[in-house]
Amino acid sequence: MPDQLLFAIEVTLNGLMAGVLYALVALGFVLIFKASGIFNYAQGVMALFAALTLVGIMEGQVPFSHLINAIFGTDVHHFAWEVPALLAILLTMTVMVALAWLVNTLIFRHLVGQEPIILFMATIGLAYFLEGFGDIMWGSDIKTLDVGLPQGLNESIDEFTFNLFGYGFFIDNLDIVATIIAAILVAALVAFSQYTKQGRALRAVADDHQAALSVGISLSFIWVLVWSIAGFVALVAGIMWGAKSGVQFSLSLIALKALPVLMLGGFTSIPGAIVGGLIIGVGEKLFEFLVGPLVGGATENWFAYVLALIFLVFRPQGLFGEKIIERV
Amino acid sequence: MLDASEGYVTPDGRQIGGVMMEMRNITLRFGGVVAIKDISFDIREGEIRAIIGPNGAGKSSMLNVISGFYNPQEGEVWFRGAKRPPMKPFQVARQGIARTFQNIALFEGMTVLDNVMTGRLTQMRSSIWAQALWWGSAEREETENRAHVERVIDFLEIQSIRKTPVGRLPYGLKKRVELARALAAEPKLLLLDEPMAGMNVEEKEDMSRFILDVNDEFGTTIALIEHDMGVVMDLSDRVVVMDYGKKIGDGTPDEVRKNQAVIDAYLGVAHD
Ligand SMILES: Nc1ncnc2c1ncn2[C@@H]1O[C@H](COP(=O)(O)OP(=O)(O)O)[C@@H](O)[C@H]1O
Ligand SMILES: [Mg+2]
Repeated sequence: MPDQLLFAIEVTLNGLMAGVLYALVALGFVLIFKASGIFNYAQGVMALFAALTLVGIMEGQVPFSHLINAIFGTDVHHFAWEVPALLAILLTMTVMVALAWLVNTLIFRHLVGQEPIILFMATIGLAYFLEGFGDIMWGSDIKTLDVGLPQGLNESIDEFTFNLFGYGFFIDNLDIVATIIAAILVAALVAFSQYTKQGRALRAVADDHQAALSVGISLSFIWVLVWSIAGFVALVAGIMWGAKSGVQFSLSLIALKALPVLMLGGFTSIPGAIVGGLIIGVGEKLFEFLVGPLVGGATENWFAYVLALIFLVFRPQGLFGEKIIERV
Repeated sequence: MLDASEGYVTPDGRQIGGVMMEMRNITLRFGGVVAIKDISFDIREGEIRAIIGPNGAGKSSMLNVISGFYNPQEGEVWFRGAKRPPMKPFQVARQGIARTFQNIALFEGMTVLDNVMTGRLTQMRSSIWAQALWWGSAEREETENRAHVERVIDFLEIQSIRKTPVGRLPYGLKKRVELARALAAEPKLLLLDEPMAGMNVEEKEDMSRFILDVNDEFGTTIALIEHDMGVVMDLSDRVVVMDYGKKIGDGTPDEVRKNQAVIDAYLGVAHD
C-alpha cells in the first residue's frame, strides 16, 4: 500500500476515536437541551469540576483548605489517607448528583417557562460560579490525574500493522480505552432513553410538559436526572482528558469541541450527536493531514467550526433534525 | 334519590356508589377574572358526570382544579374520604386520576404505542437502578405493561396506527390516542375535556360508544366536559351546569333540562 494511504488510515482511526469522545460530550448537551430547552454553557466547566473533585478525593485533599486555613489560622492540606480510584469515582459521581440537585433546586426550577436566552445566561453564570467554586474547593494549581488507565503506544497494533503493511500505526492506549468506554456509554445512554421507564419519561418531558405532568411524571425529578447524567458524562470526559493533558482550566474547553458537533447533528438528536461527533473527529484530523501542510497547519482549531457553519447554511436543522417549516 | 349516601340506581339499571370526589366551595381567580365562583359538587363511584356550560363558563378551569393543574384560592377538594392538600399535577395523576386536554396534549414526536406506554408510568414500580440495568423485575414489568397497552389499543380500535408518529395523525384519531393514554393508567377517575369537540357525526358516535364502554366494562368513574347538549343528555348520569364561573344547575339530565336558569343561559345568550 502507498504510504500516503496508510497515513490516511491511521489518521482516520485517530479521528474516529477523538470523534467518539466529542459525541459523548455533545450528548451531555443534547440530553439537557431536549428535556428542558436549556443550552448548558457550563458543561465544560462541569467536566473540569468533576476532574478536580476526583483528583482531590483520590489524593485525600482537604476541601476548602485555603479558606479554612485563612479563617482559622490552621495549616491543613491533606487528610492522612488516599482513596482508591474506583471508590473516588463513585464519590465524585455522588458529588455530581448533589450538584445536579442543587442546580435544579436553586436555579432552574425558578426559571421554568423563561425565554431560552435567559436560561442560557443562567448557565453562563453557573459556569463562572462553578469555575471559581472549583478553585476555592480544590485549589487552582495544575494537577495530574492517574486512575490507572493504560497509556502510551499500543504495541500489538504497532506490530500487527507493521507486519501487514510494513508501517506500524501509532495508536495510544489511552485513546483506545477512552473510545471503548465512550462507545459503551453512548450505547447505554441511547438504550436508556429508548427502552427504560425513565428514558420514556425523559422523552415525554422533552416533547410536552403538560402531557408529561398528566401521566404522572415529576418534571423536577427528570431535570435532576438529566443534570446528573450530564454530570456523569462530564466526569467521564474529565477523566479521559484529565488523564491525557492534566487537570487544569483548559479542560473546560472540551465543551467548545461539542459545539460544532451540535451544529452538525442538531441540538435535539441523539443519533445526530453520535454521527456529528464522528464526522468532526475524522474530518478535522484528515483535513489537517491533507490540507494542513499547504496552509501552514493548525487547521484543527477552526476546521470544525467552518464545517459546521457551511452546514448551518444548507441544513439549519442539522443532520437528523426535522425540516423546519414556518407555520403561517 | 340523590340524597342516599350509599348511591343510587340509574334508569338503565347501573348501581352508582358513594362519593368519590367532592369539590367544596371552590373559588379560582386569575388576577381580576373569577373563573370559578364558590362552586360545590360531587362525583360518585361509577358515575358519568358531565360539566356543561357556554364558552368561558369555567369548565376547563374546574377540570384543571381536579387534576391539580390549577390550585384554587378558596375551597377544599376531597378525594375518597380525605381532604386533599395542594398537589402538583403529577401527584394527582399518581393517585389514579387521568385526563385528556381540550387542545390535545400528546407527545407528537413519539409513536402511538409509545404515547400510550407513557400512560403506564404511574403503574411502574421498578427502581431506576433496576431499569437502568434491566434487572429482573424491570423486564417482566415492561412485558406486562406492553400487554396491557395492547389491550387498550385493541379496545379503542387503533391497532392499525400503532407505529405511526402521533404528529402525523388527523385530529379525530389524536383525540382517541389521548383517551388511550389516559386509559392505560387504569384510572379510578377519568377526566375528559371536550372529548368530542371538532369531530364529525360519525367520530362523535364512536367516541360516545367508547366512553360508555369504558364506564361499563372497567367501572371507571368519568367526569366529562361537553357543550353539545344532545350528547351530554345521552351519556351522563348527572350534570353540573356552569355559567360565568357560577353553578346554575345540578341534577339528572331531565332535571337540568327543565331548569329555568339553564334554559336562560343556553337560549338567552349567544355564547356558543
Ligand atoms: N391560565 C389562565 N390564565 C388566565 N385566565 C384563565 C386561565 N385559564 C382560564 N382563564 C379564564 O377563566 C375563564 C374560564 O375559562 P375556561 O375554564 O377555559 O372556560 P370553559 O372551559 O368553560 O370554556 C375565562 O375567562 C378564561 O379566560
Ligand atoms: Mg374549556
